[in-house]
Amino acid sequence: MIFLELFWTFFVIGIFSFGGGYAMLSLIQSKVVTEHAWITAEQFTDIVAISQATPGPVGINTATYMGYTVTHNLGYSEWACIGGSALASLAVVLPSFVIVLSICWLYQKVRKSNLFASLMKDIRPLIIGMIAAAAGILVTPQNFFHWSSWLLLAGAFVSCKFLKISPIWVILAGGLIGLAIY
Amino acid sequence: MKKFPLKDTDLVKDNPEPTAPVKERKVSLWSLATTFTKVGMFTLGGGYAMIPLIDREVVQKRHWLESDEFYDILAIAQSAPGLLAVNISIFAGYRVRGNKGSIAATIGTCLPSFLIILAIAIFFAGYRDNIYVEKIFKGIRPVVVALIAVPVVDMIQKSHLNIFRALLAVGTAAAIIFLKISPVYILLVFFTCFFFIRYVKWHGKKNSEKEDGV
Repeated sequence: MIFLELFWTFFVIGIFSFGGGYAMLSLIQSKVVTEHAWITAEQFTDIVAISQATPGPVGINTATYMGYTVTHNLGYSEWACIGGSALASLAVVLPSFVIVLSICWLYQKVRKSNLFASLMKDIRPLIIGMIAAAAGILVTPQNFFHWSSWLLLAGAFVSCKFLKISPIWVILAGGLIGLAIY
Repeated sequence: MKKFPLKDTDLVKDNPEPTAPVKERKVSLWSLATTFTKVGMFTLGGGYAMIPLIDREVVQKRHWLESDEFYDILAIAQSAPGLLAVNISIFAGYRVRGNKGSIAATIGTCLPSFLIILAIAIFFAGYRDNIYVEKIFKGIRPVVVALIAVPVVDMIQKSHLNIFRALLAVGTAAAIIFLKISPVYILLVFFTCFFFIRYVKWHGKKNSEKEDGV
């Protein structure tokens, strides 16, 4: 019952993804790579790269791609893979409906309560830790197989953080450099 | 939060028609869906890049929401679990056309990404073992690590962590990386502690108020 498991996994990811798409990466990683071993760390990295370089919310892109790859890795047919990707995308969005619509109904109360505001302030260190972990787990010997990988990391960080170059161009540049030197 | 570039809002306030209650100006589900499709398709890099686009399309051009309302929605959508873009779509769709509206707006936001990614996934599934594709991804993988590290540094700079909070962040990262604990359990423990401490504080305050009263 891979489809049921896939749905449940992404449903849980949807519930707990405080802090948006990047924090979601950490959850997806721990479920899909560490716990179920449905995909490898390298595949995970590639999917994140493509999701970031494609228009649309990164979380939806990642969920769609993960759903497809997980079913594909397990040897299902093309249509089953498309079903898997639809299922993962739906499952990740579904909790938001319940949560956001109930907040809609409680709108006025939530707006005034400082409990909610302080919860969001206190959770911030956890979100930072989760996103840092998503980056840390990807520092594998496979992803950093050569010393030049570290130069690429440093170059990408500086371009994105200080030169404010869009991630899409940084990813494309990384791909071109890889094609040229490896 | 309110410091966002708001160019047309003053004009909107002067013009009586756009500020009429949304319910009286019935917006079709189709135009709701297509507007969010536009937002979804032209956003590169996810949620935050989407905010100015939604502001322009939904608030300034179509006046489906007032700008005050939009910033309230934004604040809630940012802190609720789930994807920012999806949360905003659900919220805005609901304000405009109720439950059906929220579904239409969300489908609009997600559908283009879904189709584009599906096409890419099907294409790449056939080229997995191609040596050139492999070379490209060998170059991209370290870049991805850097791109995830950037928001971490941004958030650290913005949130002025004290030692306790910094330790909490480091501890969370270490628990996930080295102990392989799922973030789900870490968040559950956090919620339990948070509400317990809040309850104890609130209870204590209530008691001391009572004593002061007597």
